[in-house]
Amino acid sequence: MSDTLHKDAHGETVDEGKRDFIYIATGAVAAAGVGSLAWPLVAQMGKAADTLAAGSVEVDVSKIAEGQQLKVLWRGKPVFIRHRTAKEISEAENTQLAVLPDPQTDNERLIPDTAGKLRPEMLVMIGVCTHFGCIPVGEAGDFDGWYCPCHGSHYDTSGRIRKGPAPTNMEIPDYQYISENVIKVG
Amino acid sequence: MSGHPSTYEPKYAPTKWLDQRLPIVRMGADFMTYPSPRNLNYWYTFGGILTMLLASQIITGIILAMHYVPHVDMAFESVQRIRRDVPFGWLIQPMHAVGASMFFLAVYVHMFRGLYYGSYKAPREVLWIIGCLIYLIMMATGFLGYTLPWGQMSFWGATVITGFFGAVPVVGESLQQWLLGGYAVDNATLNRFFALHYLLPFVIAGLVGLHVWALHHVGQNNPIGITEKTKKDTLSFHPYYTVKDGFAMVIFMLIFAFFVFYQPDALGHADNYIEADALKTPPHIVPEWYFLPFYAILRAVPDKLAGILLMLGAIIVLFVLPWLDTSKVRSNRFRPVARKFFWIFVFFCFILGWCGAETPDDMVFTVGERMVDGEMKPMGLNFTWLSRIATFYYFAYFLAILPILGMVEKPLDRPDSITKAVLGDKAHGAAE
Repeated sequence: MSDTLHKDAHGETVDEGKRDFIYIATGAVAAAGVGSLAWPLVAQMGKAADTLAAGSVEVDVSKIAEGQQLKVLWRGKPVFIRHRTAKEISEAENTQLAVLPDPQTDNERLIPDTAGKLRPEMLVMIGVCTHFGCIPVGEAGDFDGWYCPCHGSHYDTSGRIRKGPAPTNMEIPDYQYISENVIKVG
Repeated sequence: MSGHPSTYEPKYAPTKWLDQRLPIVRMGADFMTYPSPRNLNYWYTFGGILTMLLASQIITGIILAMHYVPHVDMAFESVQRIRRDVPFGWLIQPMHAVGASMFFLAVYVHMFRGLYYGSYKAPREVLWIIGCLIYLIMMATGFLGYTLPWGQMSFWGATVITGFFGAVPVVGESLQQWLLGGYAVDNATLNRFFALHYLLPFVIAGLVGLHVWALHHVGQNNPIGITEKTKKDTLSFHPYYTVKDGFAMVIFMLIFAFFVFYQPDALGHADNYIEADALKTPPHIVPEWYFLPFYAILRAVPDKLAGILLMLGAIIVLFVLPWLDTSKVRSNRFRPVARKFFWIFVFFCFILGWCGAETPDDMVFTVGERMVDGEMKPMGLNFTWLSRIATFYYFAYFLAILPILGMVEKPLDRPDSITKAVLGDKAHGAAE
């Protein structure tokens, strides 16, 4: 006789070990059932297929004059395409990495065109402050780049964070040159 | 006094029949005759006022939902249509919007009252925690509702607040996009915010039920914080406190009505009359007045994640307050030192509110100027530093002052009973 066997109040023999096994097995099946039903209820809040599909924008950058900035809406967020002046490019390139909170060279923030060449005059980035998502104002701030009016973050002419509460540089979207002058974002 | 004996006697056959099957009339009757401390002052009427406001918000809210369209192309216009074209919409929409402000006004008075009279101390910890939970859900409901008119402040407020979730390490971005249902605040966000804004008030109503249940189980606190001992220390809830609460509600409604009829937009922000624009951030984003102190705490720290944690901490600390305050004496009436620190705390809460409304780099006051990088800059105290001082006191009050004070402060002598406190020696003589 196993030591998990004993008699209950009605004098019937009860196998506690067997009962425990049934409890745990039933509980496990129920938990798996609840879990698999809960997942769709949670996952429905994610991005819907049409939101994911509305993915890309094409822009002809030859129309942007030097010193001008184009804002295009991509995935509900503005993308800044700035034709930088020579002064802005040199400022961005001559910045010491040591002074950057999120160190990145200006070249690392560019994507080569169809000829495999970097085009420093064309800066493409998501125009959203990395602090809480406001849209920074151009040609402003202490570093000649962008300034976020919400909580006072300063970005330089490469869109890198220099001063203020934002933790990282403005993001570079996934983009490519599909011809000499056309950029496809997304 | 928990579980006071029921005095309800059903008089008629149908009420007797019902009482044996579902004693709901008995429950109501016992509620009305609940023995309350005889010394409750007007600060104790805000529970009733809050119940009235919750009912008002739910009724006006259901009506507004019949006319409102939760779609990015139509939301802004539908709210304007409610105010201009829907019969009595000019009245019902401001009642709801102003009502939210009044709700927070009343809840802050209610909470400060609880803090002053030590209403969170044993055996009322659970009562207090349910209250904190109600406040937390109120904040969520207020935020969700503010998004619905789809003005510039709605949109950018929603962007900033949901951005908090993006600061969570590793999973932040996925979490934020899951909440938004997209890459940015958009139609999916507006739709779910509407659904949740409709749901949460009913969750609050359920929690209010638990709050009152806990209140009646442990008994009400009172201005001297001494538990009632005899029947003489109490009064029946009706008519004594129904009348007192009713009078306070009428006075409160006067203030409410002043805003609804004369200043329906005074507590809002003009930028919310501009339709949401995903390409343009307003120059000065501020939350509604009732969130300003927390906004100031958020901005007091230069680090994103630390700012959010500190802001959350400011609310979480309220939940554990019953275990932080080490004093056995409930009411600040008998704690001369704690009382001073309490009023400094109230003062700094207002200071935090002021800091939240101002631009961090602006100066509170200046003392001369000095040369920085070839430019003359004013010297003195700016709002960032003022909010840091106030934030420091906010946390010090809960985490250092209250724990230490309970051990070192010598409280004043307390009266033997509520009756004696109210009637003095006359009661003492009568009791003997």
